[in-house]
Amino acid sequence: MAPNAVGERRRLLRADFPAFLTALRERGYRVVGPTLRDGAIVLGEIRDETDLPIGWTERQDAGTYRLVRRDDAAVFGYTVGPHSWKKYLFPPRERLWSAVADGTSFRLEPDAAEPVADAFLGMRACDLAAVRISDRVFDRTAPDPGYHGRRRRTLRIAVQCGGAAPTCFCTSMGTGPGVGSDHDLALTEIVDPGPHRFLVEVGSEAGAAVLDRVPTEPAGAADVAAAEAAVARAAAEVGRHLDPAGVRELLLDHPDHPRWADVARRCLSCTNCTMACPTCFCSTTEEVPSLAGDRTEKWRRWDSCFNLEFSQVHGRPVRQSGLSRYRQWLTHKLASWHDQFGSSGCVGCGRCITWCPVGIDLTEEVRAIRADPTAVAPPEAAP
Amino acid sequence: MSIVGEAAPAAGSNPWWPTPYRVERRVAETGDTVTLTLRAPTGTAPPAFAPGQFNMLYRFGVGEAAISIAGDPARPTELVHTVRVAGKVTESIAGAAPGETVGVRGPYGTGWPMDDLPGRDVVVVAGGLGLPPLRPALLAILARRERYGRLEVIYGARSPKDLVFYDEVQAWRRRDDLRIQVTVDAAGRDWYGDVGLVTARLPDARFEPARTSALLCGPEIMLRLTARALEQAGVPPERIFLSMERNMKCAIGLCGHCQFGPDFVCRTGPVFPYAAVRDRLDRREV
Amino acid sequence: MTATGSPPSDRPRLDDHPFFHGFEPEFLRRLEPAVSERTLDPDAILFREGTPARAFYLVRDGKIALELHSPGGPPLTIQTVGPREVIGWSWLVPPHRWRFDARALKATRLFAIEAGPLRAAIDAEPLQGLRLLRQLLPVLAERLEMARVQVLDVHRR
Repeated sequence: MAPNAVGERRRLLRADFPAFLTALRERGYRVVGPTLRDGAIVLGEIRDETDLPIGWTERQDAGTYRLVRRDDAAVFGYTVGPHSWKKYLFPPRERLWSAVADGTSFRLEPDAAEPVADAFLGMRACDLAAVRISDRVFDRTAPDPGYHGRRRRTLRIAVQCGGAAPTCFCTSMGTGPGVGSDHDLALTEIVDPGPHRFLVEVGSEAGAAVLDRVPTEPAGAADVAAAEAAVARAAAEVGRHLDPAGVRELLLDHPDHPRWADVARRCLSCTNCTMACPTCFCSTTEEVPSLAGDRTEKWRRWDSCFNLEFSQVHGRPVRQSGLSRYRQWLTHKLASWHDQFGSSGCVGCGRCITWCPVGIDLTEEVRAIRADPTAVAPPEAAP
Repeated sequence: MSIVGEAAPAAGSNPWWPTPYRVERRVAETGDTVTLTLRAPTGTAPPAFAPGQFNMLYRFGVGEAAISIAGDPARPTELVHTVRVAGKVTESIAGAAPGETVGVRGPYGTGWPMDDLPGRDVVVVAGGLGLPPLRPALLAILARRERYGRLEVIYGARSPKDLVFYDEVQAWRRRDDLRIQVTVDAAGRDWYGDVGLVTARLPDARFEPARTSALLCGPEIMLRLTARALEQAGVPPERIFLSMERNMKCAIGLCGHCQFGPDFVCRTGPVFPYAAVRDRLDRREV
Repeated sequence: MTATGSPPSDRPRLDDHPFFHGFEPEFLRRLEPAVSERTLDPDAILFREGTPARAFYLVRDGKIALELHSPGGPPLTIQTVGPREVIGWSWLVPPHRWRFDARALKATRLFAIEAGPLRAAIDAEPLQGLRLLRQLLPVLAERLEMARVQVLDVHRR
């Protein structure tokens, strides 16, 4: 079997998919990908193909998500679930360091944990875009060592979408549904016509090294055409739209728009959107000393700009109102993110819409402000 | 497998790691505020800092707090911090006795615009604990006094017993190459200085507005009122500099807590030109 | 009391003080008989809380502390008033009694304008009277702003 080259397109039969999983493990990767748990397709470790959501998809819309059976045996026949890959690159809880008391001083302890290399199986185009954004967020003058260590070791196995959820708006954000070039391997699942198979595009040497261990054939024109048709179908199914033109100025220039008060009346400040968002990166740190006081650990955990204490200075939150916290989240995501990181912070995955318990839809919020940017709050109703 | 066998990061390369410094001196400034002089581990020196920058100070088993550097830039071997007790972390830092250890990460943030100041009149307005972050800038100016125009300092505090660097302020009063006005919010009969806001002292400060740069540090309300008054007096808003305070948690622009509009105060601040932040300062809950 | 009155023959010029810059000379001449100069030694009391506010004081040089007293506590200085500034508005607002003590922190020279003739002059020349109120209003506004900031106790935060 000749070694695979970057840029090459191969056909992987569904029957050989287990060999692909085996090859990943043999190359030293822990495979993480979609799996059924707690009534949703979440991300978890994939030990064999039975861990994958074969034949399952979901119905999701603003504030609702439900698993449903597909009428075929597609392996990746779903869109996106509540988890994103930040769960692995930027874990919800992470030990930053530990230290031991040393006389009147302290000494940092080397981290004994063996670093794990993950293969992310089933990254959508929007997920790849989210990782591109996160790379910039965590790559400051002092790059975050944890993130970058994991990121460097990670193999990105994209799966192009063959369908879209009503909450998807990747086409608006220019992030999908087709994947670009920043993957190690990109799969497109073709259930029919023809044999159930995958078109595999090799994006990197690391991807090629895995594929070398898997029986594949050169892809034919029919494979490529079927893959393109799948992506086109997904694009056509995209259910939501957010016009990105001028959205930065729209939000920054209208901080007193009555829509902010309107959305604040609905928002519960539950933080779900920030937890589900693949790019939200806010975190806090906590000191976890041992009971004996001879040892301590510094932990980082996800935080959210919706938490009242998030902005506190000398015990008083700068952003006291729900209005100011929702405004902070959305203007950061869609506006000031451009100033900070050179792009929008939104990839159009729709997770924040689905997982909002009251179904707040950011595309709708933006549309409402755009419809009448200079609207002013109505005067207080007379008693 | 080469992909899993990553070399461990070199010592000091991890931005989260505090370096243990030894407390050399501890001076009580007021009832709840102390100034610590810290020494770097043997054989090393504290990293160079710019006036206006801050460090993350750490106490083993307790936690971290962002504290401005208050020391003399001309004495690089001493790291000086003035800490007011405001919670359990600052209580622990302020309680560190000589010989004990305080962890240090930093320095972080932008400093005062020292390059902008030569040849100009300099107005320094400090409110409360706003003086320590301004002290390195003042000492740098005084060290090369001839390079600057007039130097006017206005220092406001809650009460006479809340004044920090008291002896040094008294020594500055006796100099003829700077004018300092000290004012407090309220005082007893033993206070012969001014009582009132720092803004009330501005009319008595001597400076040529058009050729003045102003450095302001203190409570945000004070910053706002003072910057407004200075602009009204004719100081260009891009020459009025404010040191902002936000919730600085990581100090390296990663945790998101200190965001102020598009700025991470820990990175593009804490010092901002008034012209750049005026709209946000006047808006609530940004 | 070490405060001393000066004879009007000193002809103190009211428009030397910034507060009266730009007033009609006629109006200032009308006030002249009511104007006197006061000189206070350090620690001298200018007036006490609750006493009739018989004059409007303009500080020429020196410094005056405005003090509040509360039972059982030491007097608290809430503001100092220096050159080019004025003291209070109790002379204008019924019942015309001072709301605080005024004490010289150092040797201080003031103009004193008798309250009765000053109020009469305001009534007699409404335009000049309005001008005076307009001069006084920013003083009130500044005191109010200061009081608000003091209530916030910003340095404690």
